[in-house]
Amino acid sequence: MRLVVIGLVAGFFSALFGVGGGIVVVPLLILAADFRERAAMATSLASIGLIAVAGSISYALRGDVHLGYAMLIGLPAALGAVAGTTLQQRLATRALTLSFAGLLTAIGIWMLL
Amino acid sequence: MTVAIAIALGLLAGVLAGLYGVGGGILFVPTLVLAFGLGQVEAEATSLVAILPTVAAGAWRQHRYGNVRWRAAVVIGLAAIGGVELGVLAAKSLPEQTLQRLFGLFVIGVAAQLAWRTRRVS
Repeated sequence: MRLVVIGLVAGFFSALFGVGGGIVVVPLLILAADFRERAAMATSLASIGLIAVAGSISYALRGDVHLGYAMLIGLPAALGAVAGTTLQQRLATRALTLSFAGLLTAIGIWMLL
Repeated sequence: MTVAIAIALGLLAGVLAGLYGVGGGILFVPTLVLAFGLGQVEAEATSLVAILPTVAAGAWRQHRYGNVRWRAAVVIGLAAIGGVELGVLAAKSLPEQTLQRLFGLFVIGVAAQLAWRTRRVS
């Protein structure tokens, strides 16, 4: 039952913002469904795949998807993510994470204005 | 030229997402809006398709490590269909400007969470 509620919330959030929704699923699995962090992150990835497929189909049926851009950005990103995950141990220092948070804040402000 | 830029930005977004443990979508949506001029709804729709390869690769790897609890993942995924429909309807009924501002707030929230996480670790 809790998993159903997590799914409903994550699906809404994911479709509203066009994101996977891991930022919602991971904490909910840990806090509401007693998952440990590693299992929560792994299980969230699998569920996000299903959620994103549902969102993609729903938007595609309404004609909002630009498939060309999705492939041009999405396929290189999958390669990049493998590299990023591998580099994580060496490069994810506090200063770099804070500068990334700064970059995200700048993007957020840009979109707000 | 646009093709080369899209590939480069996709690669960069993937590296950053992998490095900092965030999803690709939070970077894909602003990239599509700010660099390629898509509307907010189209950018979000396209982002959901664009994250599929990254998520599939990540889920496959976690599956091989034996970390995925598939029954829970499938229950969440199926239940999400209802939420997804509501989310799409909400996104399409809001004025694009409002949706874009909400997204901006969301990005700032993620940034704050990242910053907070570094404090807790150190």
